[in-house]
Amino acid sequence: MGISQKTVPFAGTKQQHEELLKVINQHKGDHGALMPILQEAQAIYGYLPIEVQTIISNEMNIPLEKIYGIVTFYSQFSLSPKGKYTISVCLGTACYVRGAGDIVNKLEDILKISDGECTEDGKFSLESCRCIGACGLAPVLTVNDDVYGKITADDVEGILAKYE
Amino acid sequence: METVNVKINGISIDVPKGSTILEAARLAHIEIPTLCFLKEINEIGACRICVVEVKGARSLVASCVYPVSDGMEVYTNSPKVLASRKQTLQLILSDHDRKCLSCVRNGDCELQKLCKDLNVDDETLYEGEQNQYELDYSSAHMVRDNNKCILCRRCSAVCEHVQDVGVIGANERGFKTNISCAFEMGLGETSCVSCGQCIAVCPTGALFEKDFTDEVFEALSDPDKYVIVQTAPAVRAALGEAFGLPIGTNVQGKMVAALRRLGFDKVFDTDFAADLTIMEEATEFLDRVQNGGTLPLITSCSPGWIKYCEHYYPDMLDNLSSCKSPQQMFGAITKTYYAQKMGLNPENIFMVSVMPCTAKKFEIGRDDQNAAGVPDVDISITTRELARMIDRVGLNFLALPDEDFDDPLGRSTGAGVIFGATGGVMEAALRTAVEVLTNEELPKLDFKEVRGTEGIKTASYNVAGMDINVAVASGLKNARTLLDEVKSGKANYHFIEIMGCPGGCVNGGGQPQQPASVINTVDVRAVRAKALYDIDASMPIRKSHENPAVKQLYDDFLEKPGSHKAHELLHTTYVKRSINSL
Repeated sequence: MGISQKTVPFAGTKQQHEELLKVINQHKGDHGALMPILQEAQAIYGYLPIEVQTIISNEMNIPLEKIYGIVTFYSQFSLSPKGKYTISVCLGTACYVRGAGDIVNKLEDILKISDGECTEDGKFSLESCRCIGACGLAPVLTVNDDVYGKITADDVEGILAKYE
Repeated sequence: METVNVKINGISIDVPKGSTILEAARLAHIEIPTLCFLKEINEIGACRICVVEVKGARSLVASCVYPVSDGMEVYTNSPKVLASRKQTLQLILSDHDRKCLSCVRNGDCELQKLCKDLNVDDETLYEGEQNQYELDYSSAHMVRDNNKCILCRRCSAVCEHVQDVGVIGANERGFKTNISCAFEMGLGETSCVSCGQCIAVCPTGALFEKDFTDEVFEALSDPDKYVIVQTAPAVRAALGEAFGLPIGTNVQGKMVAALRRLGFDKVFDTDFAADLTIMEEATEFLDRVQNGGTLPLITSCSPGWIKYCEHYYPDMLDNLSSCKSPQQMFGAITKTYYAQKMGLNPENIFMVSVMPCTAKKFEIGRDDQNAAGVPDVDISITTRELARMIDRVGLNFLALPDEDFDDPLGRSTGAGVIFGATGGVMEAALRTAVEVLTNEELPKLDFKEVRGTEGIKTASYNVAGMDINVAVASGLKNARTLLDEVKSGKANYHFIEIMGCPGGCVNGGGQPQQPASVINTVDVRAVRAKALYDIDASMPIRKSHENPAVKQLYDDFLEKPGSHKAHELLHTTYVKRSINSL
């Protein structure tokens, strides 16, 4: 129990806060205002940490839990910031049967974060994704726009080293 | 009323247009089983237990939310329906912690009953991955065990829609869906008000109060402890349900007999402290009216309401009566006045309260609740916990004789006992305040305008040439509606009674649980409240200021209501809290 500790400390700026308040004021009173506010809040901050959700909760008089429930329901909303390098591991069927699960485990081990989280230094974030259409290269991972195919768990360390 | 004709299992029946199939079937004396459905609170058709076959429909429909139409043919018990319900239960069981024997709800679990009724013969049919959740012990009053949760959402619906708190809800999705607080906070870290209404509607053992029965038994067996028990008004109107008696049976006499046989040294009545509360609160009210104090004055008996006010209306704390709740006043008087009178060391007195309430467990740990330098109340147990204690020692409750409370703190009046129903505190206060203001005996004691289970009741009384506007709210959403009217200046009241639970303490979160099949069809609140009003009507003394034991307490010890000593022992302060922790 306890507020789940995300790895990166919140670093929202005053400007972002003002932008968010502007968005909230635009939608206040609308039926179903929460979804557009959350989408725009994520566009402003890149993710939806407790600090951002609390602002929305206080301003909208909506229980924080209700907001958190929506954020954790939709996979497009993120509780963690994206790192400088976003690592996506394809867990589509082809990649999965060729060992993509081991690759995720290895990345979690090395980076000391879980799927969906970001390293403390803000450098790498890790996410698993569905089929990216490169089944011929399975298993596949991408780091930002770079694609790595036909890899094994043993290749992971070398790939990360390229982004030191 | 416009009606439509439907055929249910071949029975032709006219039912009001707009009825659901569930309601229509009930009119044909057919009970369709439900699980997630709570009338007007949780009508989401999610659990699929209430499915029925409708002729011509593509698939089975959820009868709790499916409206009837003219000429509709419904089959509630076809093989397809029964097989579907059974399979649904087996799928629920596949991710359910099936430790039924050690479960607090063993014997009165709605899931267990459905499994029995629908002939679930293999609880391991769909064995597979199971979620493993840590139990949440973070709050003072309850435990959340998601391993027993079946995701019916009755708790979160009550929390959000009835109590306007909304600290629990569904997070994540699919197999990972779970009912919890934002950011996996413990309930104790949120603005949960401890009302326990979630427990009252939970069909399984996923939500339950922190059980202190072992601690009470331990105190009872300790020769150095003088163990005194007090019982709240509403307990006597519901305890019998735990032993199979009809809802609304007054079991005061048997309850007292049971407590004595459990070994309590004295069996006293919180009703005494309710009378005392009236003396202090009516005095506070008259003082505020006459000396320009903060109005409206709002009652402070309900610890769930108090915590709600602290979180959600921190700017209105000055409106709250400074009176401790009856439970706490009782403890304070027991460990000061009574201890002195009997030559007892307050440190050796162990005060147990039996309450219809879970928030009382939180209240005993509040600051400034230790008049004698030791906690006013040591342990607060719910009506349910008392029933468990009675069962554990093998008392044949129904065969017990009716016995009376001990003197002097077992003495009470009709005004004290109606504290357990919404409007009761207001009525009790009016009986005293009006007589004090007019210096005349009231011709009739019943203030019927403030009785009944509506969420908000208002009335005006002309007393000694002065118009006194009063309002009564129960259930926290109703409290919010009322307070917003007060804050906006739309309404002008002098005195407001607020109870955290809908219907007041008789419907508290610590009372015996009734299954949804009863909650959805019987106004449990009204039936239990009637038991209290019947007791009131039968009492020889029905005004708090005429309670001889209370009079003696003031003569011998407190001097007069609102005295310096009374303030030291019987009054308290409140703290501002926020809604969100950040």
